[in-house]
Amino acid sequence: MEEKIIIAGFGGQGVLSLGQFLAYAAIRDKKEVTWLPSYGPEMRGGTSNCSVVISDKQVASPIIESPDCLIAMNKPSLIKFEEKVKNGGTIIVNSSLVDIKVQRQDLNAYYVPLNDLANQAGNVRTANIVALGAYIQISKLFTKETIEEVIKEQFSKKPKVIPYNLKALELGIEAVKVSV
Amino acid sequence: MKVLMKGNEAIAEAAIRGGCRAFFGYPITPQNEIPEYMSCRMPQVGGVFIQSESEVAAINMVYGAAGAGARAMTSSSSPGISLKQEGISYICGAELPCVIVNMVRCGPGLGGIQPGQGDYFQAVKGGGHGDYRMLTYGPSTVQEAVDIIYDAFDKADEYRVPVMILGDGMLGQIMEAVEIPPMKDPATFPKKEWATTGKGYGDTRRIINSLYIKPDELEEVTNRLFDKYKIMAEREVMAENYMTDDAEIIITAYGTVGRIAKSAVNILREEGIKAGLLRPITLYPFPEKEYKKLAQRKDVKMFYCFELSMGQMVEDVRLSVDGKKPTLFYGRTGGNVISPEDIVKAVKSEVK
Repeated sequence: MEEKIIIAGFGGQGVLSLGQFLAYAAIRDKKEVTWLPSYGPEMRGGTSNCSVVISDKQVASPIIESPDCLIAMNKPSLIKFEEKVKNGGTIIVNSSLVDIKVQRQDLNAYYVPLNDLANQAGNVRTANIVALGAYIQISKLFTKETIEEVIKEQFSKKPKVIPYNLKALELGIEAVKVSV
Repeated sequence: MKVLMKGNEAIAEAAIRGGCRAFFGYPITPQNEIPEYMSCRMPQVGGVFIQSESEVAAINMVYGAAGAGARAMTSSSSPGISLKQEGISYICGAELPCVIVNMVRCGPGLGGIQPGQGDYFQAVKGGGHGDYRMLTYGPSTVQEAVDIIYDAFDKADEYRVPVMILGDGMLGQIMEAVEIPPMKDPATFPKKEWATTGKGYGDTRRIINSLYIKPDELEEVTNRLFDKYKIMAEREVMAENYMTDDAEIIITAYGTVGRIAKSAVNILREEGIKAGLLRPITLYPFPEKEYKKLAQRKDVKMFYCFELSMGQMVEDVRLSVDGKKPTLFYGRTGGNVISPEDIVKAVKSEVK
């Protein structure tokens, strides 16, 4: 098993931390993982992305040429990365912000209104966790329980935000259950 | 237990576990997490952290601290390492141990902040003036970097040479699961009978110096340095052979490109092409013998070197292969990173 994921969006949308949540989940499940951010003179509102590779074996290359899954948190990210996704791969599109459709016919596209669901969860900043919920429901790579543990662990110093994030996770999972 | 850590932070923690108690640095992307981490961690272990006014000051603080016997370290990235070259040359001339981390970015000049490998020559051929070398490593994973730097201070002390860790922006920024080794006890470190620890200690005066006016004296010092390098070449060489046993095409690369090349070997093998990887871990001393061994084998058809430069390590590869087999080169620069697919494509175009 080797799963390659690219997560992309505006700076501030929690793109990098979404990747880190996946990495923490992978460690918890005793899998090998690399998390590689795009780093550069980027600022809030600029674009940001990270590459996560999860594998049973040691990860050789952290560089992803063609991801199994793309999580596009905004429109420029979808436009930039759609062509790179491997044949038959998956794209999760933040339909709250992206008003275009996936062009390629061979991909499994899921349109999830991440921001709207995050607002519903109680905090728009949980949009990345909504995406995480959708991703684990589609990929079946991690159980909901694993991610819940990661959320509790990562927010242990900010316990107030845990309920929002758990709710966001739940909403993300449900959103793609419906669309399937 | 394995923990998820950013390369830069893991390297900083491993340095402390390996006995580093003095860190001097100046900020530059993409290695800022090292001084940041050190600034928080050093006070906790009773060490010293100074953000100096410049790279030149930082390396000279390392010079001073190392001369006084401390396990001292600095880190920077390419343009900053260039500024440190004078100090590095002095440290080598004065035979002081220290550790220098270079998270290489692309150059020349200020260049960019994305990964590069254009500092290979500077690291292994002597970036400063004079005849000297450094024990230089090019780790390809965070774990390997941690393991190397953990013992780097012991190696530096043993030979009284600087140890250079040549990483790149990717190695610094990547997060991976790592096993961080236990804290070494500074009380167990060998005594430094040469260190300038203050008036009244020791039987004789101790002098740290790199100035030798008399030619014969300086020649003797230079010979002594190179005797040490010879011993290093016998004892310290490290390289990884990956699927080279029956390989016809030897891919060679170091650092993060080394691990990317490993993916390429896997893909090529799946397609029935007998590729293998020879990955130097020490860049100086260079694993010459490993190349020679493979070059002599009848079934080996060619070497193919991949770097994030216009071709630097390939010169050492060619010296080692010594014309016995063709040695091809493929490089990317500007901060563009070679992908496994690039390597596969390059190799396949030679096979057909």
